[in-house]
Amino acid sequence: MAEIIQEEKGKGGKKKAKKHAPHIDMTPMVDLMCLLITFFMLTTAFSKSKVMEITLPEKLKDKDKKNQDAPRIAKSRTLNIILGPDNKIFYYAGMVEDPKNPPVLQVTDFSPTGIRALLLERNKALFNKITQFQTDVTSGKITIPRDSIASGIRKLKNDDDTGPIVLIKAYKAANYGNFVDILDEMSIVGIARNTFVDINWLEEKMVETALGITSTSTQKK
Amino acid sequence: MPKIKLPTKSPHIDMTPMVDLFSVVLTFLMLTTTMRQPEPATVDTPASISEKPTPDFNMMTLLISKEGGVFLNVDNGGDTLSKFRPRILAEMGKQYNIEFTEEEKREFEKLPMSVGVPMDKMKAFLDAKEPAQRKLLQTGIPFDSLDNQLASWILYCRQINPNVNACLKGDSKTEFPVVKKILDILQDKNVNRFNLITNLEAVKIKEENIQK
Repeated sequence: MAEIIQEEKGKGGKKKAKKHAPHIDMTPMVDLMCLLITFFMLTTAFSKSKVMEITLPEKLKDKDKKNQDAPRIAKSRTLNIILGPDNKIFYYAGMVEDPKNPPVLQVTDFSPTGIRALLLERNKALFNKITQFQTDVTSGKITIPRDSIASGIRKLKNDDDTGPIVLIKAYKAANYGNFVDILDEMSIVGIARNTFVDINWLEEKMVETALGITSTSTQKK
Repeated sequence: MPKIKLPTKSPHIDMTPMVDLFSVVLTFLMLTTTMRQPEPATVDTPASISEKPTPDFNMMTLLISKEGGVFLNVDNGGDTLSKFRPRILAEMGKQYNIEFTEEEKREFEKLPMSVGVPMDKMKAFLDAKEPAQRKLLQTGIPFDSLDNQLASWILYCRQINPNVNACLKGDSKTEFPVVKKILDILQDKNVNRFNLITNLEAVKIKEENIQK
């Protein structure tokens, strides 16, 4: 069809076609695209949220409880961390031996000089090993496939036998943000052994006395 | 004096490169976009250094609002062919003696958000057409020891889809006892592995920090 029309019009037709402006006004198209881009930019969730994995110790059902003792852990390596109200952290080392004379709770906070410094001090050996391993990998001293870095770190953590065993407990006035922060702190410092356990009444009492002391001391000021 | 002839410029600006660029950006955005889901409660998640991305399917997300309300979202992403949601709803209905019609099940399947409706209001929730009306019914799933519907939801989610992972999306201001209770309920149902949904916040510490 098209060929036939061309033959009929001949040269004159071609000249007419040339006169047409080759430009198409694209302004409306640009406008529309601007709108669409703005819309998509505003509705897109760019940063996909991340997840932090935690595994809690399995709960013993009542009938199993009688036959099984609680796992025994070295007292000298144990560090108890209790999340308190107002982003406070209480901690004590070891365990409560004499309920009538409980250990004094130390207070710290979530700042880098607070709990992180404390954990780093106790976990220095393992932390240095992990950082050394990471720098060796990045500088090319050790050549391992990328995906086995995580397993390499995991092995270092498993072999560790000097770092602290951190027991995380939460007093009832703590909030969820504190809980995530302290677990995050564990992964920042590279604590090999940490877990979340229920707080017992004795520790609750200790926190309450500690809070009582701190509140009277602020009154004195 | 020779006249200086200014070249007459056409008033048109060639917009072709601009259009090209825009199309590329637009195509990119359209392909990568994941629409923000409207949630029944705004949640400000805490930050962590974890870089593991949220899994796309086999998830049950428990949304915990600041006030302590719990909302459940069984999201299987592209896995909607398996149709877990209507089956879970049917099981829930069986336990609470509520018969759901096919239409209601389909409505439940299509819901783009988390659900936190007590079972006795579920029918009204699914039949409601207005979003505002629905929002009023979203009061959170009851999870006290008298009427522990959350436990049943979790039980059926795990029965229907054995590979489901538990994700907790809590507001950082949520009181901990609420979270603890939910963790206990999950552990009662033998879920010991949790994913806590957080924002990424890079923190790097060095050797010098130890000396300080």
